[in-house]
Amino acid sequence: MTMPEADNGVDISTAVVEARGLGLTFETNDGPVHALSDVNLSIGKGEFVSFIGPSGCGKTTFLRVIADLEQPTAGAITVNGTTPDKARKDRSYGYVFQAPALYPWRTIERNVALPLEIMGHSKAQQKERIARTLELVNLSGFEKKYPWQLSGGMQQRASIARALAFDADLLLMDEPFGALDEIVRDHLNEQLLQLWEKTNKTICFVTHSIPEAVYLSTKIVVMSPRPGRVTDVIDSTLPRERPLDIRETPEFLEIAARVRDGLRAGHSYEE
Amino acid sequence: MVRVAESRWFAVSVVVLAIIAIWYWFTIQLNMPWQQSVYARAGEENVPFWQLLDDLFSQQRPVLPAPHQVAVEFWNSVVNANPSTPRSLIFHAWITLSATGLGFLFGTVLGIVLAVLIVHNRAMDRSLMPWVIASQTIPILAIAPMIVVVLNSVGLTGLIPKALISTYLSFFPVVVGMVKGFRSPEAIHLDLMHTYNASGAQVFWKLRWPSAVPYLFASMKVGVAASLVGAIVGELPTGAAGGLGSRLLAGSYYGQTTQIWAALLMAAALSATLIFAIAAVERLTGRLMGARA
Repeated sequence: MTMPEADNGVDISTAVVEARGLGLTFETNDGPVHALSDVNLSIGKGEFVSFIGPSGCGKTTFLRVIADLEQPTAGAITVNGTTPDKARKDRSYGYVFQAPALYPWRTIERNVALPLEIMGHSKAQQKERIARTLELVNLSGFEKKYPWQLSGGMQQRASIARALAFDADLLLMDEPFGALDEIVRDHLNEQLLQLWEKTNKTICFVTHSIPEAVYLSTKIVVMSPRPGRVTDVIDSTLPRERPLDIRETPEFLEIAARVRDGLRAGHSYEE
Repeated sequence: MVRVAESRWFAVSVVVLAIIAIWYWFTIQLNMPWQQSVYARAGEENVPFWQLLDDLFSQQRPVLPAPHQVAVEFWNSVVNANPSTPRSLIFHAWITLSATGLGFLFGTVLGIVLAVLIVHNRAMDRSLMPWVIASQTIPILAIAPMIVVVLNSVGLTGLIPKALISTYLSFFPVVVGMVKGFRSPEAIHLDLMHTYNASGAQVFWKLRWPSAVPYLFASMKVGVAASLVGAIVGELPTGAAGGLGSRLLAGSYYGQTTQIWAALLMAAALSATLIFAIAAVERLTGRLMGARA
């Protein structure tokens, strides 16, 4: 099967996610809801892609389509060059939800072990991976704690560790820091960048914060609602090395301004 | 002073004392007509108040025995009677307890199995649930003798028929509770399992079952009380084979109201003990599952 070159110039052969004319319409009692309409997008290996837009723009839905949690009603999508269903069965991505979604009856280490148990890793392997991933998210020493004994930020870090535990190359994150205060969020953003640097994973990150999207991403996908669609794709010119104060540089503010313009253009304030 | 008023024991004692006071009041009211007819026949008039009270509280077959009469009967039949003879309430309580325990075990297992079927199979959900509910609309008093007679004719006697009646009552709260419990995991917890491509069995054991545990204990507390009622009802038609039910029946044949009340007290104590025992296991399980202290 040969594929055409994507619009944004990413080489298809290395595309981790590839969407062509993707659409998803929910049938509801109030008539059809067009959650996604004609989405064309290529995400290359090792990219950090943020999806930003107001609620109802389909950013979470798009992530859920990649994860095979929703079925598209139009167009085509490939994940790792195959169908989302096959990719899911290959366990090729880790998913981080809006809430930590830790199982309250399991300790932090047992929570991180959950995917490993399901995927049939040996006890020794589990132990090694738990130690490694908890180290990666700075949670060493909290193995025996139950989720309720940890702060919200720590819980979300544990859920990231759980998504990393089985070494999937693709990390899907759905507003993982949305419920946290700004100070914790800054800290976690910094840690996430370091983690991305260290692990060289491809990350798809849903957010509704412009500074967060610009700070983290190599590519920013601006979306707008009714119907949910992509209105702009911005390739970041920021260097990979990003200290927190990069957010005061003119370059950063320029990208932020373009994102804001994109959001304004795509979003009708008529209603 | 505030501390005392807030303590649990204080609250419980106040309620118990109030109940006893009301009970004495009713004892006097309800036994008075009989006492007055006794006095009228004997031609006694102007009986002194203390004499009247004494007579009221020492009737052979009071309409309502006074609390201390029940207490004395309870003490005599629990402590002063040989537990291996039918004169002892312990003897009867053990018979009822063994049927309750067995029936409760059957009922809990049956309830869980039905709940698993209902949650995992749409056809079962549609077809089974109405029957489960219908089963509970049949008065247990009507169906209990039938079960005993039918099982008798196939050679099952003694413990099993009673246990089955107890099962009949106790599986229901377990089915209802566990269906709710197995369906209690949040959508993102299920989505998470989906992203791991977990099998149905893995989702069940690693997510649905632990999520349902709190529901299980809540249902078991209701179920164990229902089990006891079932066992007692099951003993009513089985004749004088023993058990609290047959004790109640014998008591009502011979107008031994004090004996009935003592047996009822025993049944209440039994069911309270069973519920406290389940609560203790629940706390222990909660600790193992990381519940907040």
